[in-house]
Amino acid sequence: MPTTSERRPELVLNESPSDSIRLDGVGVRYRVPEQRIGTFKEYVIRLVQRRILTREFWALQAVSLSIGRGEAFGIIGKNGAGKSTLLKVVSRVLRPTTGRVRVRGSVAPLLELGAGFHPELSGRENVYLNGTLLGHSRAEVDGQFEWIESFADIGGFMDVPLRTYSSGMVARLGFAVATAWEPDVLILDEIFSVGDEAFQKKCKARMDSFRQGHTTLLLVSHAAETVRSMCTRAAWLEGGQVRAVGPADEVTRQYSEAVA
Amino acid sequence: MATQNSLIYDTASSRPRALVALADILRSRDLVLQLVRRDILTRYKRSVLGLAWTMLNPLGMMLIFTAVFSQLFGGTPAYPAYVLSGLVAWNFFAQTTTISMTQLVWGSALLHRIFVPKAVFAVSSIGTGLVNLGLSLVPLFGIMLLIGAPLRATVLFLPVAILFLAMFTLGVGLLLSMLAVFFPDVSEMYQIVLLAWFYLTPVIYPVDIVPEAFRQLLLLNPMYHLITLFRMPIYEAVLPSVEQIAIGAAIASVALLGGWVAFSKKADEFAYYV
Repeated sequence: MPTTSERRPELVLNESPSDSIRLDGVGVRYRVPEQRIGTFKEYVIRLVQRRILTREFWALQAVSLSIGRGEAFGIIGKNGAGKSTLLKVVSRVLRPTTGRVRVRGSVAPLLELGAGFHPELSGRENVYLNGTLLGHSRAEVDGQFEWIESFADIGGFMDVPLRTYSSGMVARLGFAVATAWEPDVLILDEIFSVGDEAFQKKCKARMDSFRQGHTTLLLVSHAAETVRSMCTRAAWLEGGQVRAVGPADEVTRQYSEAVA
Repeated sequence: MATQNSLIYDTASSRPRALVALADILRSRDLVLQLVRRDILTRYKRSVLGLAWTMLNPLGMMLIFTAVFSQLFGGTPAYPAYVLSGLVAWNFFAQTTTISMTQLVWGSALLHRIFVPKAVFAVSSIGTGLVNLGLSLVPLFGIMLLIGAPLRATVLFLPVAILFLAMFTLGVGLLLSMLAVFFPDVSEMYQIVLLAWFYLTPVIYPVDIVPEAFRQLLLLNPMYHLITLFRMPIYEAVLPSVEQIAIGAAIASVALLGGWVAFSKKADEFAYYV
């Protein structure tokens, strides 16, 4: 079991039922094999000899947070602090080893746009494939198809194989599918830049419209400035533990001072 | 659009994992259909004959087996139809279980980034396999007509035989893809197992050449029962007995239930390994 850090400050959390995300004592343990056991044969031999040595590594320890509905919440920390692991736990990619995670509503992860795109399929076919991979039904993709087409702005390329696209076109199509629906929770890993300046403006406008709605924004970054400008509240992660949580200004200032 | 606030993800939920996975897969049925569509569209996208290969492939194998073995198993009437009916069922099982494994490994890149019900890969492999199976029935019926073997109304039993075969295949596919996540060699090992299993199952040889002493052992091979159920209504043009159907149903249910429970129990750990 992870021990609670003594440095962990008093957490004053919003306990209201309108919480969008709630983490209670969440810990994620990776078992890193001392020697890589790649084969079944090796595994059986080691198992018989009782020599499966693993090193435990806690990517997250006793993390408790609650994030309100519609809030823009930032996670700041250095590389390896557990930021990405936290996102995975919230987006249901990783089940925590200890603790409890609750998330209300739909979660849209805006990372690795166009994951699952197939080069031989047309843009249209990929929109349906990607849309259903993100958890939408065929009818929902039907309903948003025109919006996706106009937002991605790839001209007459919708019905030709994706392999003929430029990388900018692929990214635009990926972004359009990922943001075609207003999610309850939007997850952003760093701030990405897609396409040219004009398209980036469109992306930013889309983000802003989500924030004016009821979408909860969970943003991860190692740049204090990004978190300060985008978020109202923030948490500072270090070594898998929450070191500070509070107003974004204050937390990023503490973080900047500590890093500097 | 309306937000789905009723959906709450809670890791402390005490609902059995197998049922949660079932609800997830039912909600993802459109994704399953899209994956089947992708696999069928991309498999032959750049080939000239395209989907015709699905029909030509078993036909080619049948020709080879007929050329090589028809002398040896000369006593078997309408040998090409015997071989082809067995091959179609066997190929469905062998290819689909293999593809289930590679699909999950393909999906591993996605599993790190977004939540996808893990069973969609095995289930969509079954869908793709069923489409291919349906297509390969065309040359099978063609050969039957060509060599003058009777094609009776008993073929209407075929959907039941295919259902049992698909359930068994899904169960085995789930179990194998789960193992392949933890031990990458499983997929290599399985190819050897498949080859042995193929020769231990009466696909290309008639059951009567199996010595009496080994007949009892044959009964332990689930594929023997499932291929018999598939072959009887076509090749022999008779309906299986109630007992044979019951055995097939039992094999299919046990494999599917076992595979599903084992897979969904471990599915949450996949992201830690792949």
